[in-house]
Amino acid sequence: MKFSRYKRELAAALAYAVLLASVGVIAPSFFIGANLRDLALNNAPVLLVAIGMTIVILVGQIDISVGSQFAVAGVIAGWLAKSGVPIPMLLPCLIMIGAAMGAVNGVLVGWLRLPSIIVTLAMLVAWRDALRWITGGEWVQNLPTNFQWFGLGQSLGQWLIVIASLVVLVVFSWTLRNLAGGRALYAVGSDAEAARLAGIEPPRITFSVFVLMGALVGLAALLNAVRFSTVPSNAGLGLELKAVAAVVVGGTAITGGRGTLFGTLIGAALLGTIGTALTFVGINPFWEKAIQGAIILAALASDFVLGRLEGMRISDRGLRVNAQ
Amino acid sequence: MTDSILLRVTNIDKSYAGVHALKGASFELRGGEVHALIGENGAGKSTLIKIITGAVEADDGEIQLNGNTITHNSPRLAKELGIVAIYQQPALFPDLSVAENIAVGLEKSSLYRRVDWRERRHRASELLARVGAKIDPEADAGDLTMPQQQLVEIARALGANAKILIFDEPTASLSEEDTQNLFRVIRELRAQGVGMIYISHRLEELPAIADRVTVLRDGRTIDTHMMSEVSREQLIHLMVGRELSAVFPKKSVALGEVILELRQLGCSVSGVHDVNLSVRAGEIVGVAGLVGGGRTELARTIFGLTPADQGEILVRGKPVKIESAAQAIKCGIAYAPEDRRRHGVILDLAISANITLASLDKFSRLGALDFRREKEIAADYARRLSIKTPAIFAPVATLSGGNQQKVALSRWLVTKPSVLILDEPTQGIDVGAKSEIHALMTELAGQGVAIIMISSELPEILGMSDRVAVMYGGTIVATLDRAEATQQQILALALGHNVNEIQPL
Repeated sequence: MKFSRYKRELAAALAYAVLLASVGVIAPSFFIGANLRDLALNNAPVLLVAIGMTIVILVGQIDISVGSQFAVAGVIAGWLAKSGVPIPMLLPCLIMIGAAMGAVNGVLVGWLRLPSIIVTLAMLVAWRDALRWITGGEWVQNLPTNFQWFGLGQSLGQWLIVIASLVVLVVFSWTLRNLAGGRALYAVGSDAEAARLAGIEPPRITFSVFVLMGALVGLAALLNAVRFSTVPSNAGLGLELKAVAAVVVGGTAITGGRGTLFGTLIGAALLGTIGTALTFVGINPFWEKAIQGAIILAALASDFVLGRLEGMRISDRGLRVNAQ
Repeated sequence: MTDSILLRVTNIDKSYAGVHALKGASFELRGGEVHALIGENGAGKSTLIKIITGAVEADDGEIQLNGNTITHNSPRLAKELGIVAIYQQPALFPDLSVAENIAVGLEKSSLYRRVDWRERRHRASELLARVGAKIDPEADAGDLTMPQQQLVEIARALGANAKILIFDEPTASLSEEDTQNLFRVIRELRAQGVGMIYISHRLEELPAIADRVTVLRDGRTIDTHMMSEVSREQLIHLMVGRELSAVFPKKSVALGEVILELRQLGCSVSGVHDVNLSVRAGEIVGVAGLVGGGRTELARTIFGLTPADQGEILVRGKPVKIESAAQAIKCGIAYAPEDRRRHGVILDLAISANITLASLDKFSRLGALDFRREKEIAADYARRLSIKTPAIFAPVATLSGGNQQKVALSRWLVTKPSVLILDEPTQGIDVGAKSEIHALMTELAGQGVAIIMISSELPEILGMSDRVAVMYGGTIVATLDRAEATQQQILALALGHNVNEIQPL
């Protein structure tokens, strides 16, 4: 294993270790089990979405419609449960519904080659407003009692959610590294034309990535919804920003082609911990957003510095961009 | 023609990363003269022009303008001195009006300066009148035809008080009528004392427009003649007139069955049409032609990147439909593209990953990539092609150009292709790597691979090919046997001449 290949991820991990260590010194009570469990639980849905966002960014695209998809999927989960769909069946249903929403983006970006930032901006507005129009802003209430925590009770349900998220992380991580599709994904993100010349079909890869992104959003929405007794119709506001931030802080290049899910895990953990950590060390939590912003800038700056150290590669990329 | 020497470049030397582009080239231009500059692809014409316009700096040699030596040329300085180049593809801003395009670079630039629109329009009309163009200064430049855009560029150059105009293949895509109109403008400029350098592959048009002609070959100035005193045959002879200097490791192998056959193949998007060619196992077919002759376009059509819409492709006698690179690979066709730095390899990916990228299914076991086998194969090819690298997992970006090319080739060898298309396989790489790649091609041909080699280097074409297909205007105009092909013949065909017109000297 060569550390130099993972220096962006390691830089984020180091920052996280420093954060945990300083909190540990100033406020050791941060490390009590209940607090850590709550942190994990609150951030599990963000992590799932960030996993999807990582692969979207790896192929050189972006999806800012995830927050709206998340709200739509949550409300549908509530409706399905109320209409008598067996609770275990919600899992495949929501994954399919999410995948279908992702497929819309996938067709537009992958096959019709529209710019992903515009397509997903349109979908962000469209899903959100469609939902507002259909629900009239009302929340889904009077859910079946076995909807909350899948009827498993809070203590078991909580762990189920956290463990499910980590399992997804491991599965996707393994897939990216070990399947031909994962390799193709990195190739398309580095240089789509070169990938095409090697017999890979970039539109197919891009389409698949958006479908997977949607499926993960569906899953995240379900795992988030079962934590409460009602489903809000305005969930997921700003979720896209949290996910993109976690990916970038985790060292994935925003231009595609470089990054790992391990990095995304660290990024999500770092950004998700800051707020609580501030409270524990006695700093006004109003600083949370400012500090998160500073961390994102620091991640970009370190990317730039690391890139400068590799000199050659920056100039190569520059040449490539100009030549097109 | 006046007698004053406007521009004189002497003994210019220039190397780019291992390629010696100019070896003591010299050139002079008088006021009121049209001086043609000709040579094969890679003779050094473009480099010489870039040095004159300040785009690149010469390693050695002298540039004199009106007898004054220019020490540090730069695009900005060249412009101030009145040197303007007009390229084949006009470089106007398509969304700005003609008047605005002419104003760009002429008006002093300050962000807060108020624009005098009347003055702008007036100047544009005046300059357009000088080049005899009936173009509305208010029109969007993007709406003009190509020849009109060219005239706008010339008008802009006049506005900048250009003393020296450089035309790079200006008539390559002009109709006969537009060409005559351009020539009229050039003659008027000549009468006004402007010196013009005129680069063209169309030798037949030179007598009509050029006063003198200079021939470049292999980075050297071969000769300068009065245009009226030299024939087209003599010019072609001067352009190629060299013996095969390099030794090519070509071996004759017994040819097998026909592997690839193209019948009336065409692709309207890329201008390839009516291509007939067959390549047999063990055969190397060289594809010669000038830039714009359709060589790379043909390769891209065979490989499914710009799928054919006319004719058919047969692999081992069976018609196949190739509409994507993936399908071409399934048919056993491999294509190593011309510009490897852009698309031949993926710079971010590891050497090993690049080598296996086109055959990932061969490296999967139960759906998962077999890293051990990947490493073995990659290391094997790295050794066989002597790819010089510290680590097989290092990104390809860390390798030199020649080694990147070997990685690009390895990727295709791993697919065990029956047809290998190489587009400029040795362009821009050092001599050592070059002969290694030639040796590899010979070895592959010996194993029965059908090879199509596109090359701009005639010695390479003649040295490596069993047969030479010459392309001009998007089609193969002739196929010559190794024994009968000569440089003169190939070049004449590539320039669009009928072979029979060329008399042996």
